[in-house]
Amino acid sequence: MADSINTLRISITKRYGGKTVLDRFPLEIRGREFVTFLGPSGCGKSTALGIIAGLVPATEGEIWHDDQRIDNVLPEKRGFGMVFQNYALFPHLTVFDNVAFGLSLQRRPAAEVKQRVQEMLGLVRLTGYEDRYPGQLSGGQQQRVAIARALVLQPRLMLFDEPLSNLDAKLRVEMRAEIKQLHARLGLTSIYVTHDQAEALSLSDRIVVLREGVLMQVGTPQEIHDRPKNVFVADFMGFRNFFDVELGHANGGIVESVSKGLKLRARATDDLLGPAVMAIRPEDIRVSRSADDVNSIRGKVELVEYLGREQEFAVSTEEGQRIWLRSAEKVALGDNIEITLPVEKLVLLPRD
Amino acid sequence: MAPARTQERSELDWVAIMCLAPSLLYVFAMFIYPFIYGIYVSLQPLKGEAWSFKNYVAFFSDPYQYVTIKTTFALALPNTIVVVLIALFLAYGMRRGIWMERTITTILVLPISLGVIFLSEGILGFYGTNGWLNQILLGAEIIQEPLELTHNFTGVILSLFMQNFPFCFLMLLGYISGIDPSLESSARMLGAGPWTIFRRVMLPLIAPGLIIAFALVFVLSFAVFPSAVMVGQPAGLTRTISIAAYQQAFEQYDMSYASAIAVIMGLCQLAALIVVIAVRRRTTIATTMGVGKR
Amino acid sequence: MKRGYLWRLAIYLFLLGFILNLVGIVSHVVVSSFAKRWFGKPLPPAFTTDWFSYAWTNFELGHVLFITLFIALAVVLISLAIAFPAAYILARRNFNAKPILLLLYFMPLLIPQMTYGIPLATTLYRFGVGGTVAGVILAVLVPMVPLAVFILLPFFEQISLNLEWSASMLGANRLQIFRRVLLPLMVPGILTAGLLVLVNTISNFELAFLLAGGGSQTLVVALYYNVFAGGVRPVYSIDAMAVIYMVMVMSVLLVALRFVRPTQMVFRLDQTRR
Repeated sequence: MADSINTLRISITKRYGGKTVLDRFPLEIRGREFVTFLGPSGCGKSTALGIIAGLVPATEGEIWHDDQRIDNVLPEKRGFGMVFQNYALFPHLTVFDNVAFGLSLQRRPAAEVKQRVQEMLGLVRLTGYEDRYPGQLSGGQQQRVAIARALVLQPRLMLFDEPLSNLDAKLRVEMRAEIKQLHARLGLTSIYVTHDQAEALSLSDRIVVLREGVLMQVGTPQEIHDRPKNVFVADFMGFRNFFDVELGHANGGIVESVSKGLKLRARATDDLLGPAVMAIRPEDIRVSRSADDVNSIRGKVELVEYLGREQEFAVSTEEGQRIWLRSAEKVALGDNIEITLPVEKLVLLPRD
Repeated sequence: MAPARTQERSELDWVAIMCLAPSLLYVFAMFIYPFIYGIYVSLQPLKGEAWSFKNYVAFFSDPYQYVTIKTTFALALPNTIVVVLIALFLAYGMRRGIWMERTITTILVLPISLGVIFLSEGILGFYGTNGWLNQILLGAEIIQEPLELTHNFTGVILSLFMQNFPFCFLMLLGYISGIDPSLESSARMLGAGPWTIFRRVMLPLIAPGLIIAFALVFVLSFAVFPSAVMVGQPAGLTRTISIAAYQQAFEQYDMSYASAIAVIMGLCQLAALIVVIAVRRRTTIATTMGVGKR
Repeated sequence: MKRGYLWRLAIYLFLLGFILNLVGIVSHVVVSSFAKRWFGKPLPPAFTTDWFSYAWTNFELGHVLFITLFIALAVVLISLAIAFPAAYILARRNFNAKPILLLLYFMPLLIPQMTYGIPLATTLYRFGVGGTVAGVILAVLVPMVPLAVFILLPFFEQISLNLEWSASMLGANRLQIFRRVLLPLMVPGILTAGLLVLVNTISNFELAFLLAGGGSQTLVVALYYNVFAGGVRPVYSIDAMAVIYMVMVMSVLLVALRFVRPTQMVFRLDQTRR
């Protein structure tokens, strides 16, 4: 459907006053991809999006669209679509006029405008709402109007700036699916900004993790989730347990180290040597003793959080190390239990 | 994304300058320039050589003239104090809303909009020796002789009050209502009574606005002109400094002297403002110090 | 809370007293304007509307009203036209000189009109516009332009920058954004500013007075002059004129109050909080 881009290459730096908000942010996006910029507030992801849109000027750097450099092209001429966090619907226009806005600027014939707007409203399941005003719509409906308004122009690139942050949890999950469907159905190329890792994992072809303007890792959702490359990404993606270790040489693909009285073994990663960090997810830890006593730890349950199907609880070792697990096992406060950290689930990370 | 307030130098691009230019130029041409021109003119006395302080000397050697400063102060200062205090009392009491608030504030906008001339004309009638107020008081035998409330000092005070009170009240009401109500609630939970809350929590917060209100009302009262003429005694008791300036300009046709008087008037107002700012500095320091103390 | 009750009573009593005074003052003028003759009695013995026609002919009210409306409209249009772009920039941009600029705009509102009116009149007379309608317009604009700026400013701030950005992403250039997004959304702001400038211009005395000539007196100025006219004018005719003035002001006020709260009509002290 859309006349999508082939490639977008950027390398941008942005400084506000003395502060570097984006440090040589490099990216290459291919047509039809769904790329997410993921990171906590203030990491520069929205700024990067603003620069790609042309709304915010970069301090240094370049943006290449196919073979053309578009740094100096005005936002209204770039042909990108954008959806904002607060929807930014024109309050004085009806739903129809909002969606038709871009088309009316192009002086399209009325019949064409009507047909395209109604088609798009059908796609976002808002047929029949043409004459309502934004003030009369719910948050989810407003967001769908905002999406329709951008998509009706068949943009070459879609930019989403935390579009679901203002919606409640249930609605967020529903809208997420809708966005994914639209992207696939219309053959879009999309850049999506969010701080929610669940959103990023479910929507993206590739995820770009940012921290204070610096690229921390780029990869597929699986790579980011299973094989984080540094402590920041691991922490952001849900690894809750970190052990400072000293690594020696690998022995048959396994490295061993002691951390706060715990003897831990993990699969060797590349050539990581010396000071490092071992990390593991709460849900990967088993509440049982291992067959060969490898990575088994004894401890006392100190905190229990009931989550419905499972519990998340903290186990304290004798040396005072606290380990978080998530499990469906019935465990109570004060229990003395044995847990195992499976060797293949321990991830090795460089120490910061 | 939060619309970024970019702190780049390019915020003031040619578009911004084009937008600001007309109004800015107007203020410069019609406000700054006449100001400077006025000072210049005041130094070119009609009968004397150029660039002399003759006008100023003349003003301060002529009792008929320099007494106007005292007269105007005597009118402006008490008036301002009374207006601000009463307005504070009312605005503070009404900060959480009051029965018929909208009606009351709407009615209070009337004196501001109708203006001085209409009000003074009405005061002449209502408060005059044959006016309704005297008739009521005489009729109820509260007084034996009609009160002299117009064509004197009292008349001007009345007029100034009727003009300035609503204005000051609405300003303070808006300001006080803007203070976070949860501050008061938390003070109450901590055991503070209403007077303590006023003294130690609210007053420090109201102080900046209060001081500005005081400055505004004083400066306005100091420039009083039509009321001093209409309901006062422009030839004597209520001959304010603005009347002196006006007479020089339009009766004696001595623009130079008039400008000098206007400059003097401006300087008096500036002096008052400086005092007010100094007081503000001291009170903010005092309150921050008071916070540490017990 | 007995104590609280007493305070509230005091507040109500004072307000009641003040409002009664106000009502008394205003009604006295109104009653007087319809009185045939009135002296020393609670109400005039007979009523008439003759004083209005007297005022109309003797005070040239037709001409005066025309001048007043002409000046008022001119001031409203010019002040809005030059304040609008300035307020937009001040709302959207930040730059080093901004606080100084805001102070500069605030000066004509802070400093009383009588203080800068004399030098202003001197200047305008020197350039030959003193005493003319143009002179009055130029003078009254001095405080009205800043007033318009400060009224429009918060309205601009209320329009999210995202709206302009969306329009930009949808292909609109600057002019289109102005026409199709900014302008329609600023209608309440423009109305509020226009109406408040209108009210302030009609009731402006000091500047209009200092710049008035024979044929360029506004209604208030004419009112003032007639109180002190050479030949003594009957007070009833003056009050008739005052009533006409009052009706004019109140009609504009009534319209204005549909769009703006009374506390917004005075200077916003809390703007200094920022």
